[in-house]
Amino acid sequence: MATYLEINKKQVNGEKWEEPFYLNMGPQHPSTHGVLRLFLELEGETIVNCTPIIGYLHRGVEKLGENLNYNQAIVLSDRLDYIASAANNTAFALAFEKLMNLEVPRRAKLLRTIACEMARICNHLLWLATHALDIGAMTVFLYCFRDREWLLNIYEKICGARLTHTYVRVGGVRQDFTQEIIDDLYKFTEEFPSRIYDYETLIDVNRIWLKRTKGIAVVPPEDAINLGLTGPCLRGSGVYYDVRKFRPYDAYGEVNFVVPTGKNGDTYDRYRVRMEELRQSNFIIRQCLDKLPETEGEPVLAENAPDLLMPEKIKKPEPKPVPKKGVIFRGADVPVVPPGEAFAAIESPKGELSVYVVSDGSNKPWRLRVRTPSFVHISAIPYMAKNHMIADLVAIIGTLDIVLGDSDR
Amino acid sequence: MEELLNELKEKFSSVVIEVQEKDYPTLICKRNGFVDFIKYLKEEKGFKYLIDLCGVDYLNYPKKNFEERFKVVYHLYNLDTKVLLRLKVRIPEEDCWHHSVTPLWRTADFFERECYDMFGIKFKGHPNLKRVLMPDDWEGHPLRKDYPLYLEEEQEWETYKKIAQKYKR
Repeated sequence: MATYLEINKKQVNGEKWEEPFYLNMGPQHPSTHGVLRLFLELEGETIVNCTPIIGYLHRGVEKLGENLNYNQAIVLSDRLDYIASAANNTAFALAFEKLMNLEVPRRAKLLRTIACEMARICNHLLWLATHALDIGAMTVFLYCFRDREWLLNIYEKICGARLTHTYVRVGGVRQDFTQEIIDDLYKFTEEFPSRIYDYETLIDVNRIWLKRTKGIAVVPPEDAINLGLTGPCLRGSGVYYDVRKFRPYDAYGEVNFVVPTGKNGDTYDRYRVRMEELRQSNFIIRQCLDKLPETEGEPVLAENAPDLLMPEKIKKPEPKPVPKKGVIFRGADVPVVPPGEAFAAIESPKGELSVYVVSDGSNKPWRLRVRTPSFVHISAIPYMAKNHMIADLVAIIGTLDIVLGDSDR
Repeated sequence: MEELLNELKEKFSSVVIEVQEKDYPTLICKRNGFVDFIKYLKEEKGFKYLIDLCGVDYLNYPKKNFEERFKVVYHLYNLDTKVLLRLKVRIPEEDCWHHSVTPLWRTADFFERECYDMFGIKFKGHPNLKRVLMPDDWEGHPLRKDYPLYLEEEQEWETYKKIAQKYKR
């Protein structure tokens, strides 16, 4: 096959071209959600072959992580999936805690779970907004952004940032919730289910929505596992797999929730799964809020959590007064990071996000591997887009819920 | 769990070198006959889901108890029995290749391309082994330990220098 550049040149110069028609979609295309480039081989308007080309947003997070200490590496994770950064923080923190044998206090676990589920609601709202906009439903976009704003304001009260909140830290969270935040969250969880109902009345039985989503990009369960799809994309195909249920982390072991699954594995089913997940996330936040008074007054950071600036040499811990509640900076005693390796996975809103970290005993990770869901989902686009129209490709990119910052790392 | 590991060790005694109990059970495998082993795991033992495939560079790793420079690490998951298994294959530097598992898992396609991109480990049997994150004409493999974090201005990437020259104001 000729290279992409040669083909483009020939087509532009108007030379005779007997091979199939090639088309570049992206990297600057509004519905590719970033800088995804798809090289399409077309026959009429039908896609015969499709090659995703990524890497335009590669920042070398894995290489940078090897040169920063464990606490600083968490800041990098915010920039992966910037829509749901609390979930990324948790994945990194879980892997590092496993490596350092840290025990996280129960209150911190509950707070983390709330932050993660808020991230899931934020992500799914943004997904619904942009997915509907791509397909042609403008109204949903405005409704979703109104409610997402509500959550972002709560995030701002929690940690001062709206998108890249490094709220989760190794050994717990940065600070406790105030009563105001808890009241806000109670109000949100009261009202949010009725808002989900609003979105559903807009598009659930909308004839155009049904035509654009039913029977598009059908993935049978076996193929979904083989393609490595995770999260709502896998559950839309009817496979019951959720890291929160299968390998519970944080406080997911003690809350009740249902893992919704689809039947047909098409775009509509994945949409239904995500809408159901919104309800379940709301329910989980509510349960965690109810459990918070039981742990009133507990610390939110483990006693031996590492200092923000982990020094190279390990100081001997000195006897010091018991730190006050909510103190961010603790003593400089660093727990020994033993040489070894740890693997932790979480159910991020987009799918399974796993971190594999190898340590050599110093204060920096030897190898920091992040398996991001978007990276794997992009590799599934050629399979899903085959024999579909170009217009459906936009729906497929939307239904996979990819963020290029997440995939390119 | 114990039974499974013992069975694997007995049946594939020529492939499995060592069994380690870490946070998840870890099997250290030989490169020869690895594809048969992982195929058996997938088709007979139900490890249908390949979570992750990545490379690790162990150049100058303190207290290293093996000679080879690289490792390729697989994380496999069994959806029925909820068992996570970690497989490791050691790759020497001078003979830097490994068998591809893309015929078994489509998801391994991008993982292997990334591993080749970042470490220069060639996967035999991969249908389209090209760089995935770095540009096609990039030199060197960024995640190797002897690859510097940043370069001085004169040593920058050639193509970038050309572009920068072209659009210099």
